[in-house]
Amino acid sequence: MAVNLFYFLVFPGLLFAATVGAFLSWFDRKITARVQFRKGPPLLQPFYDFFKLLLVKETILPKHGSPVIFLLAPILAVFGATVAGVFILLPLFNITTGFKGDLMVIFYLLTIPSFSYIIGSLASGNPLAAVGGSREMKLILSYELTFLLVVAGAIMKCGQQFDLYSIIQTQQEGSPFIGSISGVLLFIVGIFCIQAKLALVPFDMPEAEAEITAGIYIEYSGAAYALIKLAKYIMLFILPAFLIALLMNGFNLKGLGILWAVLKIVVVVLLLTLIRNTNPRIRIKQAVNFFLVWMNLLAVIAIVLIAFGY
Amino acid sequence: MSKKTIIPIGPYHPLQEEPELFKLYCDGEIVKDIKWETGYNHRSIEKLSESKTYDQVFFLVERICGICSTSHPFAFANAVEEIGSIEITDRAKYIRSVIGELERIHSHLLWVGLAGHFLGYNTVFMWAWKYREPVLDLFEMITGNRNSYAMFRVGGVRRDIEGSKIPTIRTILDDVKKKADLLTGAVMDDPVIHARTKGVGVLTRNDVIDYGAVGPTARASGVAIDVRKDDPYAAYPLVNWKVITAEAGDVFAKAEVRLLEMYESISIIEQCLTGLGKTKEGDINVKIKEIPAGMGTGRAEAPRGEVFHFVVSDGSNSPARHKIRAPSYVNIATFKKSCIGQTIADATISLAAVDPCYCCTERLAVAYDIRSHKKIMNAAGMIEHSVMKTSELRKNI
Repeated sequence: MAVNLFYFLVFPGLLFAATVGAFLSWFDRKITARVQFRKGPPLLQPFYDFFKLLLVKETILPKHGSPVIFLLAPILAVFGATVAGVFILLPLFNITTGFKGDLMVIFYLLTIPSFSYIIGSLASGNPLAAVGGSREMKLILSYELTFLLVVAGAIMKCGQQFDLYSIIQTQQEGSPFIGSISGVLLFIVGIFCIQAKLALVPFDMPEAEAEITAGIYIEYSGAAYALIKLAKYIMLFILPAFLIALLMNGFNLKGLGILWAVLKIVVVVLLLTLIRNTNPRIRIKQAVNFFLVWMNLLAVIAIVLIAFGY
Repeated sequence: MSKKTIIPIGPYHPLQEEPELFKLYCDGEIVKDIKWETGYNHRSIEKLSESKTYDQVFFLVERICGICSTSHPFAFANAVEEIGSIEITDRAKYIRSVIGELERIHSHLLWVGLAGHFLGYNTVFMWAWKYREPVLDLFEMITGNRNSYAMFRVGGVRRDIEGSKIPTIRTILDDVKKKADLLTGAVMDDPVIHARTKGVGVLTRNDVIDYGAVGPTARASGVAIDVRKDDPYAAYPLVNWKVITAEAGDVFAKAEVRLLEMYESISIIEQCLTGLGKTKEGDINVKIKEIPAGMGTGRAEAPRGEVFHFVVSDGSNSPARHKIRAPSYVNIATFKKSCIGQTIADATISLAAVDPCYCCTERLAVAYDIRSHKKIMNAAGMIEHSVMKTSELRKNI
């Protein structure tokens, strides 16, 4: 029990995942700034942001909303992200072997933050938040199937084993899945799914600043918003980590392996950052079309290729 | 009809630099109707102008808009010079055109950046604004100010562009041109930008004519109206340039028109600089003793379209009546055509596509007594009042 609590709260759960995520968020912001000829924030800026929101800023409750659900939603988001993080990171760091079928659990847990944002936004009673919430819903409907296909592809590649640990072990004993054509296709699809899951440009329509002024988060302030930020930091770490576990060999934490692990995560986050800095936001209709038609097509092609052994 | 949600854009909203309320009546994501409220920022410029001397009015009208701060003095100078039948020197004409065109470049770059920001493309936003900096540096070099240049006066301009500065100006302009190439390439060839702006917020040729839209908004729908060609002023008839138009009428066409206009502006400035070399240095002013009684109209092509100033002089040293019509005021009416039936995402970029500069659109609609809060006069009453005043003035002239 105590061990589980330690897993959840300290390593590799809340504290560790959020810290790494905060540094990755700094990296994302710094790269963005450099691309845009700006100087960028100092290394500890994400922590300043978080603690200022948590400790200094006032939490304002919307008058026409449902305060309990409104405040529960960010907590739910942090819980969902953390538990998903624990299940992903334990096998990834080779601490435990997980359990049969943990992939499905992770898959469902990863949707909890998005769902809680929707619940929170709808509970706030703001019309702009409602638009944001409905956009987030449409976005989830479009990318979830695609993301599932990526996971299914990885499962097929490792010989129908439904747990993350076996997928990582298969890759470490053989070669990483990304080394094959189907693996590359799955990686491309996976990157776009993560982009949408993190609601980064071009898939940031739920919070589109210039249209609906932060949409789903519009009524959040103070500590509640700090928790949303926390969930976002965690997601920024565990989603790339999940993709690395699925397709890129996982982490091998012996000797230079640590350097490799850091490099892998940085490269994936860099890719996400570059995509978000070289594209405008697309319409929600275009996003649905993009995932349901094109990305699904790519994923299905990859799965067919896997079936034929490529 | 199902119940519609009102999505408010404004009065304070990241889409806008200034207070203005657009109410989008939405059914789901589709905009079914749009209404707007102006008047958050009324500054009674016209009334203030009547209490200032002609020389002071230039500084006042310059502050109507911070972005197109030369177009209003330009139109005002044209109006006053029409009253006095003043013919300014060629050198002053060239300098006026140089300032006007530099302003167009910086304003269009600013719009491209903002449009990028509204599309969530912050890289374009930052790049366009970085490339706009050299233009502002040029302004600082020529006029001493990066904004609100204080260059115009009745009968000419206040500062000369010395011959020694011209090579530097040309170098910076070449640099701006290279940067504009880069930006144009990045915007015009980006498939995602195409997907996002083509066929969005379409204004047909007839819509533009019906609503009386002006400037790039009209030119993007194939209506080739440009005051610089239609009613030539300053140095525009002396140089060689063409009016840029596009046919599609969508947001992309508006961006295209603005980007290509920057090249025309650079070409106009270069020709004006050559023209400056042919005229005598320091010959920038004609002495004006007084402005006779009379009426004058002045037009100027601002980056957003036609600026119109109407000035009545009663022979004193300040205008008796000064009426201003700014381009955004007519352009925002086209939202009825461009936004309805679009999704919210498209409606917002359509709103931004006319480059609305709200501070020059503000009009007082109702007058209240400050103590009793009772309504004294509404819009119709004010028009009546204004007509009465004007006819009184006419009798005195």
